[in-house]
Amino acid sequence: MNEELKTTCLHDLHVGLGALMSPFGGFDMPIQYAGIEEEHKAVRGKCGVFDVSHMGEVAVSGPDAERFVNHIFTNNVSGLPDGKVVYGMMLHPDGGVVDDLLVYKRSDNDFFLVINASNIDKDVDWIKSHAAGYNVTVDHQSDRWAELAVQGPDSEKVMRDVLGIDGADLGFYTFKTVGDMIVSRTGYTGEDGFEIYAGAEAIRDMWSKLIAAGVQPCGLGCRDTLRFEAGLPLYGDELADDITPLEAGLGIFVKLDKPEFIGREALARQKAEGPARKIAGLEIEGQAIARHGYEVLDTEGNPVGAVTTGYHSISLDRNIAMALIDARSAAIGTPLQVRVRRKVFPATVIKKRFYTPNYKK
Amino acid sequence: MLYYLPTHEYARIEGNVATIGISEFAARQLGNVVYVDMPEADDDVTKGEDFGAIESVKAASDLYSPVSGSVIEINEALIDNPRLINEDPMNNWIIKVEMSDPSEVKALLSPEDYEKLCASEKH
Repeated sequence: MNEELKTTCLHDLHVGLGALMSPFGGFDMPIQYAGIEEEHKAVRGKCGVFDVSHMGEVAVSGPDAERFVNHIFTNNVSGLPDGKVVYGMMLHPDGGVVDDLLVYKRSDNDFFLVINASNIDKDVDWIKSHAAGYNVTVDHQSDRWAELAVQGPDSEKVMRDVLGIDGADLGFYTFKTVGDMIVSRTGYTGEDGFEIYAGAEAIRDMWSKLIAAGVQPCGLGCRDTLRFEAGLPLYGDELADDITPLEAGLGIFVKLDKPEFIGREALARQKAEGPARKIAGLEIEGQAIARHGYEVLDTEGNPVGAVTTGYHSISLDRNIAMALIDARSAAIGTPLQVRVRRKVFPATVIKKRFYTPNYKK
Repeated sequence: MLYYLPTHEYARIEGNVATIGISEFAARQLGNVVYVDMPEADDDVTKGEDFGAIESVKAASDLYSPVSGSVIEINEALIDNPRLINEDPMNNWIIKVEMSDPSEVKALLSPEDYEKLCASEKH
């Protein structure tokens, strides 16, 4: 893993703001500026801006574009209005997740796919390798797009006042094209917000305007604490090549009534049998924080799984975690235990949407 | 006498007792402390080995013991208020250890050497 770290077009500006930088998904990314808690609270209470230019973009176009996207994607894109965004996954034939992604429908023969930074090479290879027999062009465009996420209850006002972009007409999970930009009402924080895709120069200009207007710059540290509280999965934690969307509790994004897509048979079978493992929410008694990989035990001390993400929740002031555990132990209210280093702490299964999102629907 | 480990723990030596905590440099780097995982009284600790951990929002960091011996006291104030470490890490110690081999302190860093080490860790 000696590959050189990539940087986003805002890298020098992050360093100039004194950000703590760290590798993520092959990029040298800002983890925090003022501190995770302060940034987290800014997004919950007002507005924050994230550089998410590390995300990957792939355009799929051509006469068979809709049929092809439906072939590789768990959600259904047929019959969608233009300007709609849909969340779902690409699956291996065994139902494991290649990646989770957003699909933007520009027209019946033009879709824009947004994929995770850590999976860009794998995804592009995967998409291209399944395009044979479809009249489509798969165009990997990650180098052409930078991206900002403007998130929080004041986002609509900030977009209008600072960037001159009117977002009032955008419903949840819709987008529009503004000049060369794509602007969507989407995000990964559990708050109202927007994501803006544009070229490097335009993104630098918008970032600088937002910072000058006093919008809190936010790093990947609070992006993780925010998405976690809202029960949103992160590929590598709650989703992986060997975890299915049904195990992750994301069945509503898997349309088994579609005639076909890669992984459909495996998931139909798993749905009929019931998944053996599930991502569950846990509340841990005491102050210990259950981090990724820590062992989850039943009350008799038998291992039942492992923590996927855990924090002392900033918004809720509780010690909570998501864990991939035996489905028989995953019912709400089940008493369990978590091993944190040398000690074992009592835990209880709770709903994994710890924080109720404030989306503008 | 005050000594440090390169992993940012300090040991204040008074007679046969070492009072152990983390340095101001480490407290600043960690950010807000949300939990201190401490051993219990009478537990044995070994020089260079971890005796607990300190948790910030972001991550857990192991705590290493500068000396070997037996824990005689833990700082119970940290159980309810771990952020005392951020406020004043030099006075809000974590554990006190009765040393089994007081000569071990000779291998620790002096405050001057520790300060140089911190300066070199700042980029």
